[in-house]
Amino acid sequence: MNTQDRQPLLEVRDLKKYFKSAGGTLKAVDGVSFTIYKGETLGMVGESGCGKTTCGRTAMGVYPKTGGLSLFDGEDVHAMDRAARLKFTSRAQIIYQDPYASLDPRMTVADIIAEGIDIHGLASGRNDRTKRVYELLDQVGLNTEHANRFAHEFSGGQRQRIGIARALAVDPEFIMCDEPISALDVSIQAQIVNLLIRLQKERGLTYLFIAHDLAMVKHISDRIAVMYLGSLVELTESTRLYENPVHPYTRALLSAIPIPDPDVELSRTRIELKGEVTSPIDPPPGCRFAGRCSKACDKCRTETPALREIEPGHFAACHLV
Amino acid sequence: MDDLLLKVEDLRVSYHTYAGEVQSVRGVSFDVKRGETVAIVGESGCGKSVTAKSIMGLIMDPGEVKEGSHIWFEGKDLTQNTKKQWRDYRGNECAMIFQDALTSLDPTMRVGKQIEEVLLVHGKASRAEAAGKAVEILRRVGIPNPEIRVREYPHQFSGGMRQRAMIATALVCGPKLLIADEPTTALDVTIQAQIMDLMKELQKDTGAAIILITHDLGVVAGIVKRICVMYSGKIVERGNSADIFYHPHHPYTWSLLNAVPRLDLENKQSLMTIEGTPPDLLDPPKGCPFCTRCRYCMPVCREEEPPVTDFGDGHEASCWLQDERAPRTDAEFMHNLKKQENKD
Repeated sequence: MNTQDRQPLLEVRDLKKYFKSAGGTLKAVDGVSFTIYKGETLGMVGESGCGKTTCGRTAMGVYPKTGGLSLFDGEDVHAMDRAARLKFTSRAQIIYQDPYASLDPRMTVADIIAEGIDIHGLASGRNDRTKRVYELLDQVGLNTEHANRFAHEFSGGQRQRIGIARALAVDPEFIMCDEPISALDVSIQAQIVNLLIRLQKERGLTYLFIAHDLAMVKHISDRIAVMYLGSLVELTESTRLYENPVHPYTRALLSAIPIPDPDVELSRTRIELKGEVTSPIDPPPGCRFAGRCSKACDKCRTETPALREIEPGHFAACHLV
Repeated sequence: MDDLLLKVEDLRVSYHTYAGEVQSVRGVSFDVKRGETVAIVGESGCGKSVTAKSIMGLIMDPGEVKEGSHIWFEGKDLTQNTKKQWRDYRGNECAMIFQDALTSLDPTMRVGKQIEEVLLVHGKASRAEAAGKAVEILRRVGIPNPEIRVREYPHQFSGGMRQRAMIATALVCGPKLLIADEPTTALDVTIQAQIMDLMKELQKDTGAAIILITHDLGVVAGIVKRICVMYSGKIVERGNSADIFYHPHHPYTWSLLNAVPRLDLENKQSLMTIEGTPPDLLDPPKGCPFCTRCRYCMPVCREEEPPVTDFGDGHEASCWLQDERAPRTDAEFMHNLKKQENKD
């Protein structure tokens, strides 16, 4: 895609989300900025607990923000009135991680999918509603006879397809995919990812794809943002990120991905990450990654590095690059 | 000393449900030598966890290990065990770690106490010694400040720590066989790498054999010597690691290998998927179980079970494509493999 005629769809600027907890202030998202352009997929990766889901949800206005700004097509997501908010939900949708918890067990599949259609009054009548549901089922690879069944009658992969159909029902421009595949088997993961890629091509969708599986994220994303403890540490095009990762955390993450090839696997050296993600409750000053970083120096422990452009389109937050 | 530790022979396990008899495991045979690592790979519902549970004697009503199944552990048939013999064996000779460490550890019991319990039940230590041993084993599996950590509860541990604590519980009696059922599926990649390294290291120290159960071929590449690929209650292909990754012969193995995106492949290419779902084990197909999802399916596949073809060096596959009358069709897979090799 040409860089000049890219139009920003979701702009997030210095977004902050703090939670009050017993031990102090939990800084789940602490000054995150990124832009998602129309028609692209931005992948967001990081370990569990790093705040990627919270970041996505705050950007979508699901959670009230603590600070910063989230603009959807130029409009502040958090300052919308009821009518604007309703309009927004027909343009932006979410696919959730857990296909077992995110579908109402007491509703039929048709009602789950058509809920958005009903709320936004998109169907002209009962027949039109049914027709739309059938079309959506067909698009996500389910049978029309599935419409009157309940969610518990389906396997994990099929449930995720129902979740996708529900998101598509209002014909959105933007979908936040919050770990849509991590609860699924490897072979089913591939089916869902192929489906998401196909739908993007057919409908010109824009995705924010949140996951911890870097191999899959690289496969689907145009650009990738790497998150660590509430802030972005690196952001660039996906191929560049894999060819030339500059942040020590990104490097460690990449080297931890298992490769299905014994010769490669036995010969590669892994950058070992000691310990686990530290607590985001009242974090100390300096780089959040300093405690686990093998290259950390004194500056890293006192001064927080800012995300800066190290080459065109390649951002990193590290004092050492 | 006899090299063979475990030999599973024609294992059949069924669950009796209101809908009928679900044949979860349908004639599985494999063996494990002392100190080696064997992987069982397959999708959910293929019977890999049921196989593991049978080796641990954990098949409960309505499940049933069928007549004619044998599990030989050091020359003794476990299927003839009494309850008492199972109790002595479990945790002592053979231990298991599970996918979800939070539900597998007792939330109301201090971590140290759970480890001590194993020692006390098997009479491996006195109460006084057990406390010291618990600290020692926690340190061994890489938990910082074990003296403090033994007094904590599982919910105070992070996911990776809990998995380490579970490994400690499993290894404290020095079992000869460790069964790891999806030990890293719930963990992040960085923690997964740490846990796999830990298991490799502990195996070197203790000499325990490991059966690693997983659905992710990527995880097993760096750790195991031999792999069994399971599909709908049967082993469809087995062989050493290099054979399975570089010269697989079963279409199911091809699909499994191609379903994983590789970092060195082009973006947004369609991944090769396995369409459809595994067969219903209430009424298993009479031919090859994979025939409905296999793109190379021939009429014979639906009618008759494929014979086992031996490729030498323990590499076997059950597929009609290996019959000399069948057309050669692994071109597609080989093509992909070449593309990957060139890029490497």
